[in-house]
Amino acid sequence: MRQFLARRIFHSLISLVGLLVLVFFLARLTGNPGDLYLPLDSSIETRQAFTEKHGYDDPAYIQFGRYVRDLLSGDMGESVRKKRPALEIVLEAIPVTLMLAASAMFLALVGAVIVGARAAYRPGGVFDRVASISSLVSASAPDFWIAITAIIVFSVHLQWLPTSGLGGPIYWIMPVCVLLIRPFGLLVQVVRSSMLTVLSAAYIKTARAKGVKEKSIVFVHALRNAMIPVITVAGDQAAAMANGAVIVETIFGWPGIGKLMIDSIVQRDFAVVQAAILVTAFVILSINIVVDLTYAVLDPRIRKRS
Amino acid sequence: MIEENKPILSVKNLSVAFRTGNAVVDAVRDISFDLYPGETLAILGESGSGKSVSASAIMGILDSPPGFLRSGKVVLDGVDILRQTRAERRRLMGKSIAMIFQDTLAHLNPVYSVGWQIAESFRTHLNLAKNEANDRAVRLLEQVGIPNAVRRAGDFPHQFSGGQRQRVMIAMALALEPKILIADEPTTALDVTVQAKILDLLIEMRNQRDMGLIMITHDLGVAAEVADRILVMNDGEIVEHGVVSQIYANPKHSYTQKLLGAIPGLGNYRETQHDASKESATPLLRVEDLTKHYITEKSLFSRREREIVKACNNVNFDLYQGETLGIVGESGSGKTTVVNMLLKLIEPTSGSAQFKGEDIFTMQGQSLLNLRRQVQAVFQDPYASLNPRMSVLDIISEPWVIHSDVVEKRDYKDRVVELLQNVGMLPDHAERYPHEFSGGQRQRIAIARALALQPQIIVCDEAVSALDVSVQSQIIELLAKLRDERGLSYLFIAHDLPVVKELADRVIVMKAGEIVERGAVDKIFEHPQHAYTIELLAANPIADPEQVADRRRRRGIKQ
Repeated sequence: MRQFLARRIFHSLISLVGLLVLVFFLARLTGNPGDLYLPLDSSIETRQAFTEKHGYDDPAYIQFGRYVRDLLSGDMGESVRKKRPALEIVLEAIPVTLMLAASAMFLALVGAVIVGARAAYRPGGVFDRVASISSLVSASAPDFWIAITAIIVFSVHLQWLPTSGLGGPIYWIMPVCVLLIRPFGLLVQVVRSSMLTVLSAAYIKTARAKGVKEKSIVFVHALRNAMIPVITVAGDQAAAMANGAVIVETIFGWPGIGKLMIDSIVQRDFAVVQAAILVTAFVILSINIVVDLTYAVLDPRIRKRS
Repeated sequence: MIEENKPILSVKNLSVAFRTGNAVVDAVRDISFDLYPGETLAILGESGSGKSVSASAIMGILDSPPGFLRSGKVVLDGVDILRQTRAERRRLMGKSIAMIFQDTLAHLNPVYSVGWQIAESFRTHLNLAKNEANDRAVRLLEQVGIPNAVRRAGDFPHQFSGGQRQRVMIAMALALEPKILIADEPTTALDVTVQAKILDLLIEMRNQRDMGLIMITHDLGVAAEVADRILVMNDGEIVEHGVVSQIYANPKHSYTQKLLGAIPGLGNYRETQHDASKESATPLLRVEDLTKHYITEKSLFSRREREIVKACNNVNFDLYQGETLGIVGESGSGKTTVVNMLLKLIEPTSGSAQFKGEDIFTMQGQSLLNLRRQVQAVFQDPYASLNPRMSVLDIISEPWVIHSDVVEKRDYKDRVVELLQNVGMLPDHAERYPHEFSGGQRQRIAIARALALQPQIIVCDEAVSALDVSVQSQIIELLAKLRDERGLSYLFIAHDLPVVKELADRVIVMKAGEIVERGAVDKIFEHPQHAYTIELLAANPIADPEQVADRRRRRGIKQ
């Protein structure tokens, strides 16, 4: 198991390095930050001074060398905009996003397993039909529309929930619910189809012939076998959320990583963009490692093969 | 002895049907039988006879929908279990009546350890604590002959061999000492030597517990080996019912007679036997020192070093024009590895194979294309080896698209019809698709496809193993006829000896990648020399109750 983990971490580091190079040079293709930061009427001298101060006049590969050297000593550069270390800004934003994503993902997964398993137990039944149709609707609902509609209904008309901002638990309700709707719908469908296959497997017959209770057949015998594809999709969705739920964060005014990234790209705040992407990539790669480990925990045959 | 007891299970007028679309198909029609303690009742029938459906109905594990019970009673301890509530029924399952299955890899849950799965019975029915349930599971594994039971209880189904998995399954079924055990083709997927041991174990367990055993099988040898009484089923009905000696010695129903007549290995050796030694010409195929070694991947989870697995080691043989060479061996013997190398599906590690003096492993271009034409194959699983989206016409004519000089495109239809008639099918079958045919018919289509290029050699890799006995004998007859008409040479691969008896001229017996014995077919059957050949012959169930009783006495099993 340790070697498996080591190999996975090594592979992840390679991807991380590749990403680093790509982002650094692509960011520099967007143009000189000075054009955005300095007032339009600033003199050529001022512009020159700004460019020299931040080293933007050096060739890109020298800038990259400097960046890598600083990175190795833990320095991710300074935000041109906020005049603070870029890493600090990123580390303030990421917990907000991760908390939001984790809550939404957890609720979506638990809900989807219960609904999907129940639907698959009696395919074609009333519950199954309702669940199938509503999960399709929820998987295809546009989240920006739901977010805005929810604000109109619950904040403006009913005045139950705050429109935006960060605060007590009440501030979490709408963003989490809006964020989980799509993954929930998708996961219900994956759980349902996976459970349908597993429930017709031969070992389910064996369990019935042994007199195992139906509840245990569904949630002990079948569910664990059905979880592999579910975990794959859930991991994928979780990675997308960690990348910043840009729309939800923007609409509800949450200071998360998605919002930070968009703002920094628009303003050519290179150091922050690079730091944000690096930290997010780290989170996503960690999610993938957790997904792989989950496979191995769920299925002994995967343990053996890898 | 039997008549004095009261039956432990009475099945009365049981009928089961399936809904398919708008139609209702009867799978089991009005069957009745009793089972007594300590006896083995064999339900004998071919695929589609309704034998497994009856068992599922008794166990309450019928696939429903589409299956449903039409009528009937199943009386256990004076209670009709078909009228019980689900909860009442569930309490009986596994406790009073248990079942084991054919495909143990599919029937054991892959993600839980075997110990856990056995202990589950104790936890469910007796509410035992985890530790005690686990201890009992280990004891059961010991009883059914799993070595190192304490350690192996923590292993998962895929880590056991097929025979061991069936032992695990038996341990699981016997956990709560049921009065009735239903065994659905328990040894069909196993090698004959393993099969003999599993049958012995079942009989031993039955005797110890005075259990009633229902043995569902298609194999007349297995039925003769274990049964006291036999029910013969055909097309959902019981056509004959009697004690084992009567059924075999004096079958009344024509279907039973037909079944008994189709048993492989009862006929005579091939009359015009090929005498290879008199052949002055070069052999059609000469295989020299053919070897395939696999190197195992280094495991990440253990410190185990790489190992070399010798799938096939220094195999030599010749195949002459018009001759049939039987290659017999159990799973893991390397017979399929040999075939795959000769068909150039895998690369050999070393050795050579010459087709008419030219090494097939170095062939390229035109000569390779020619080899492909001359060597055709018929595989084991006719369900998997025919593309479900191609019509029979497309399947049989496809080789001509590749070898475009054989048949003109406008003649495809006529030639396909001709080939279909050669293999005993009808002309209008050409327009149909594989799923519309039975296993035997599909194998005929596969043979027609192999014949399309007029090859000199046909490799039959377990070509009759998946078929019912009566179909098996028809296919073997067809192969013999085609060989004699066209002077074909066959490499006929089989996992047991009887099927090659009537077809082969010479036989090679393989074990663990090596040839252990070779010789003319009559010599192998009448005077086997190698211990393994003798074991193979002895392990094969014989469809003759008197011989069986004698043999079992010698193996030390009480009747």
